[in-house]
Amino acid sequence: MAYPADLKYTKDHEWIRISGEVAEIGITDFAQRQLGDVVYVDLPDPGRTITAGESFGSIESVKAVSELFAPLGGEVVEVNAYLKDHPEVVNAKPHDTWMVKVRLSDPNAAASLLDSVRYEALISA
Amino acid sequence: MTDTATVNLRTTPLHARHRASGARMVPYAGWEMPVEYSGITNEHLAVRTRAGVFDVSHMGEIEVAGKGALEAVQRISSNDAAVLKVGQAHYAGLLTPEGTFIDDMLVYRMAPSHFMLVVNAANTAKDFAWISEQAKVTGDAAVVDSSSRYALIAIQGPAAREVLQPLTGVDLSEIRYYWFSYGEVASARVTISRTGYTGEDGYEIFVPPNMADRVWQALIESGRSADVIPCGLGARDTLRLEAAMRLYGSDIDESTTVLEADLGWTIGWKKPDFIGRDRLVEQKEKGLSRKLVGFETLDRGIARHGHAVLNDGVRVGTVTSGTQTPFLKKAIGMAYVPIALASPGTEIDIDIRGRISKARVVPLPFYKRPQ
Repeated sequence: MAYPADLKYTKDHEWIRISGEVAEIGITDFAQRQLGDVVYVDLPDPGRTITAGESFGSIESVKAVSELFAPLGGEVVEVNAYLKDHPEVVNAKPHDTWMVKVRLSDPNAAASLLDSVRYEALISA
Repeated sequence: MTDTATVNLRTTPLHARHRASGARMVPYAGWEMPVEYSGITNEHLAVRTRAGVFDVSHMGEIEVAGKGALEAVQRISSNDAAVLKVGQAHYAGLLTPEGTFIDDMLVYRMAPSHFMLVVNAANTAKDFAWISEQAKVTGDAAVVDSSSRYALIAIQGPAAREVLQPLTGVDLSEIRYYWFSYGEVASARVTISRTGYTGEDGYEIFVPPNMADRVWQALIESGRSADVIPCGLGARDTLRLEAAMRLYGSDIDESTTVLEADLGWTIGWKKPDFIGRDRLVEQKEKGLSRKLVGFETLDRGIARHGHAVLNDGVRVGTVTSGTQTPFLKKAIGMAYVPIALASPGTEIDIDIRGRISKARVVPLPFYKRPQ
């Protein structure tokens, strides 16, 4: 699967789609492959403020739990409610499945994220 | 993981086949094993509805033979091997003097004075040392670690017989549950055992290592039209948990007794003695203080091995296994809890990474195959 050039990435295998001051956050195809079948996504309540690097949720596959780390700080404005009953879409369409939308406290912080070229280099290393 | 550790992992005779078939390989009990082929959920459902093929060659085989073989096995096994007919097998504990588990195993009676014990990969060396030592006490029996002489391939699921039957001259309908027979599968000399670790009907086939790939391929070919697929250890774990089969190292170990693990049915009370018997008799008379139970979580979240069971905020027990089951589609698990909380219907709290989740004690097994 290709890693879209319009997304940013982290070494924790999350992707970030930034439009204005709001960022959608999901996990990459590489991450979902490592996890295997996702059965449960635990997300924070809207309104919560998260800081970069903080664990703000978790993803459980049949065999393991993986934490979600905030790539950027801000306020959670929306969580993807569809995932509650359909966690398997994380496997099926990882790059189209956002988990939370965050209003960024510092939109310029995104400059520190990886672009698709650097992310692909990271996972093929 | 370091490169050194990878280099030291053992591989089964089917290793190249797994690699070539795109299985995801992981280190497990000192072996590099396939954890999944097409996904745990898919493989789990295949076994429940059709059949799946597993490489479980990492399992250990220890043989006890000679005039004193029965006496030796009677000493080390919780179960009564004297009741086994030749060609029959049963589940048993290999116990410490405290009545706790050194390992769990299947005991096969190959001949009147020849037994084969199938044990967990991680424990094979420990088990072999223990059994060898104990067999010296009873005398007149040779104990051999013959693990390297067998590859072990399991085919499990309702379609297992129709897939295996065309490959063998053995009439599979004549092998009863927990019995075994000898014959050829795909021209390999094998032992076919009607046993498994999935809760489904099926067979485990002991194969000479150099014939393992041939038998594996034959099963996959034979099962193709019935959509039978290769499966990894991930699905094996979720399947065994639905069937409430204990996993050594998670649900049972040297700190848990047979009675606490609710495996009293594996104890041969009628035989005069075995290692661990005194403590188990004592525990039976005094009554248990804790017991392994099944539970379903009622709130969100999946309880996992090591999570605390709470009562009024106080830790009173521990989760030993837990998963979201692909077939029953529930979050289930097993835990040791105080006897007062062990009855089905009792509500317990589980600390799932800092969040308290309600769970309800339910009868085991979670899944029983339709008869």
